[in-house]
Amino acid sequence: MILMGRSRMSEAVSALDGLVWDQGIARIEEVGPQGMITLRGDLGSGTIKDLATGVTSVDMPGQSEANCVADRGICWMSPDELLILCSYEDVAMNLQRIQKGLGDAHALAVDVSEARATFRISGDHVREVLAKLVPVDLSTEAFKDGMFRRTRMAQVPAAFWMCNDHMVQIVCFRSHAQYVFDLLKTAAAPGSEVNLL
Amino acid sequence: MLMLTCPCCGVTGEETEFTNGGEAHLKRYGPGTSDLDFEAYLFLRDNPKGVHFERWRHTYGCGKWFHVARCTMTLEIFGTYEAHVTTPPQEILAKIKSRRPDWIARIPGGGSE
Ligand SMILES: [Zn+2]
Repeated sequence: MILMGRSRMSEAVSALDGLVWDQGIARIEEVGPQGMITLRGDLGSGTIKDLATGVTSVDMPGQSEANCVADRGICWMSPDELLILCSYEDVAMNLQRIQKGLGDAHALAVDVSEARATFRISGDHVREVLAKLVPVDLSTEAFKDGMFRRTRMAQVPAAFWMCNDHMVQIVCFRSHAQYVFDLLKTAAAPGSEVNLL
Repeated sequence: MLMLTCPCCGVTGEETEFTNGGEAHLKRYGPGTSDLDFEAYLFLRDNPKGVHFERWRHTYGCGKWFHVARCTMTLEIFGTYEAHVTTPPQEILAKIKSRRPDWIARIPGGGSE
């Protein structure tokens, strides 16, 4: 069991400090600060499931799925990894709870809030704005509610899911935040509707 | 363009989401082996026109390594399978034989069949 915490000496500021752009075919918003905990271990174990669902109050997602409500949620990252979302203020408490619950289990829980950036894009054209940037079929038949996809966004890694039919949430590395914001702005440029999806 | 299905996370993605890790099922020749064997292990690779076994990593997805059996000429994917095996599983070989009846199995890591 390895655990890493953060010192709380300064005020938290997300990568782009909540930057919003609303002049294109979708609204782009950097969301933050968002609490995120990486939890790695045997996802079949009752302990890990109970801890993940316990701190988030959402159901355990299936393979390649995410269950998110507001700023809480669980994202299925890989066969041995979950991304726990919670409010930024609750990270330390939740991490402690997870650490205690894991005991001697072969598992890892790390606060990655500061390592990531989160975006929400919203509007009628979100699917096609995103489809311009990722090698993923984003038609309504292929990419459904509750699905979670890790892939690349142009040249950087990113993960996303649909919050609802008109909103997508994206997670990327913090150091890529400006790049991703600029990508999204380009993909949502005024007049760039494709009207395919 | 290759479409690969990762056996670890089940995602089917196109090849830019993955990284090619070279020929699969190599037998390692390390310290204490002959220079010729060591050189072959380090540098010599098959470059077949046709059936080929490779290692791939789902770099932008779940991050896991796995195996791919494919045709280097037509880019047909015969199948993908888990990383922790030293030879291709029977169902992959059966699939290849159904698609390439004339293929003579030179199974890497497992000698000839
Ligand atoms: Zn995968």
